[in-house]
Amino acid sequence: MTDLNTLAYTAEHEWIAREGDTVTVGITDFAADKLGDVVYVDLPAAGTAITAGDVVGEIESTKSVGELYAPVSGEVVEINDAVVADPSLVNAAPFEGGWLLKVRVAGEVDGLLDRAAYVALTGEDA
Amino acid sequence: MSDPRSTPLRERHEALGASFTDFGGWLMPVRYTSDLAEHHAVRQAAGLFDISHMAEFIVEGTDAGAYLDYALAGRVSSLPLGKAKYSLVLAESGGIVDDVIVYRLDESWFLVIANAGNRDAVAAALAARAADFAGQVAVEDASDSFGLLAVQGPVARAVVAATEGIADLESPLDELPYYAAVRGTFAGEPLLVARTGYTGEDGYELLVPAEVAGQLWDALLAAGGGSGLVPAGLAARDTLRLEAGMPLYGHELSLEVLPAQAGLGRVVAADKDDFVGKGGLGAVFASDAPVLVGLVAEGRRAGRAGYRVLDADGADVGEITSGALSPTLGHPIAMAFVAPRASEPGTPLFLDVRGTRIPATVTALPFYRRKK
Repeated sequence: MTDLNTLAYTAEHEWIAREGDTVTVGITDFAADKLGDVVYVDLPAAGTAITAGDVVGEIESTKSVGELYAPVSGEVVEINDAVVADPSLVNAAPFEGGWLLKVRVAGEVDGLLDRAAYVALTGEDA
Repeated sequence: MSDPRSTPLRERHEALGASFTDFGGWLMPVRYTSDLAEHHAVRQAAGLFDISHMAEFIVEGTDAGAYLDYALAGRVSSLPLGKAKYSLVLAESGGIVDDVIVYRLDESWFLVIANAGNRDAVAAALAARAADFAGQVAVEDASDSFGLLAVQGPVARAVVAATEGIADLESPLDELPYYAAVRGTFAGEPLLVARTGYTGEDGYELLVPAEVAGQLWDALLAAGGGSGLVPAGLAARDTLRLEAGMPLYGHELSLEVLPAQAGLGRVVAADKDDFVGKGGLGAVFASDAPVLVGLVAEGRRAGRAGYRVLDADGADVGEITSGALSPTLGHPIAMAFVAPRASEPGTPLFLDVRGTRIPATVTALPFYRRKK
């Protein structure tokens, strides 16, 4: 299991795992639960330049549509083809098999939340 | 806004881990585990829904049938004993105040079940119409007295038949036709079992005093757990009714929609002498008034309520009222109001899905019909 305390978070309910200059991006279990069963994900193609804060994709459940915000600026280097083929991975394993993007970061990463700050934001128990 | 109200089953929903949503002023379970799992359970086995938020009105009196002929769109006075009828409460304008089901349990005793969010509007309309009506009738808002549960799905009958505590049914369950109801008892309290529902599956709705609603919920789950009955929330209920082509008030129906626009012209007994809304229906029906259609698309991106519908040339021809990726069919479905020129089944149109044009085709409703 991923140690959730090692991840960074955004107020838009994304999580970020950093390895060198590349980050892996997904949405949190809180976001997945709020969406309900995810049935479609629309992700930017590998090679796309993205800017932190911009809408770069969509996550649709049976009930609603969630926007995916770029948590960092950089270049998309990989998307999770498994989650495109089987969007239910977002619900089943939001921090593992349900990851969405890998991004090569350009410049500084800032404005992210640690686990305690994110949990406080959602009003849930840690 | 005051805080949303809770049904008698709230603690049971919480114990089952439900997520809640505010629906029509009520805090209701939206899902227990998974929208899709609950949806599929209803199509393949059965689902148990708490619909205690719905409003119940008792209409009683020697002239109750004639009163309902006046107060509702359909002809209720000729409804046989023990039968149910889908009907509409119309405004003077002909627009729709609510859609309801009327059950006749006695010559002079009717039950009207209305949508939770329209309880006050229906209560006001029924009271005003009773005051204007010359005959002998009394209307009571009994919503707070009842719990209402729905068991829907192919094994629904077996579940209800096996439920401990259900007794004294006036006729056997397997002889109860669709859109009919029978009285009995549950745990010694009065019970009404109706073969009605909002999912497109065979199923039953069970009305009991609110005090025993929790006990009935437990008994139904105990009887059905082995045959695949699961608690199901409003999210599944919405995709099920959409597949079945059933309208939802506030989406397909409103005060601005005339019954004929929503494909409900057959619900109106226009030949009745006098009923509220008749004058409005008699007004000129604009030939370009939008009409309700079904739309199907390929892929997985669904049109949602409020999205625009475009014709082959990109001209705006209407708006989606409900839409989802159909769990049963595997492709996007939607209901939409479109211009008559774009309403013929087979017409190719586009859905404007957040700026992307998704090809769609007009289709006859319902999208899904159960095998008999």
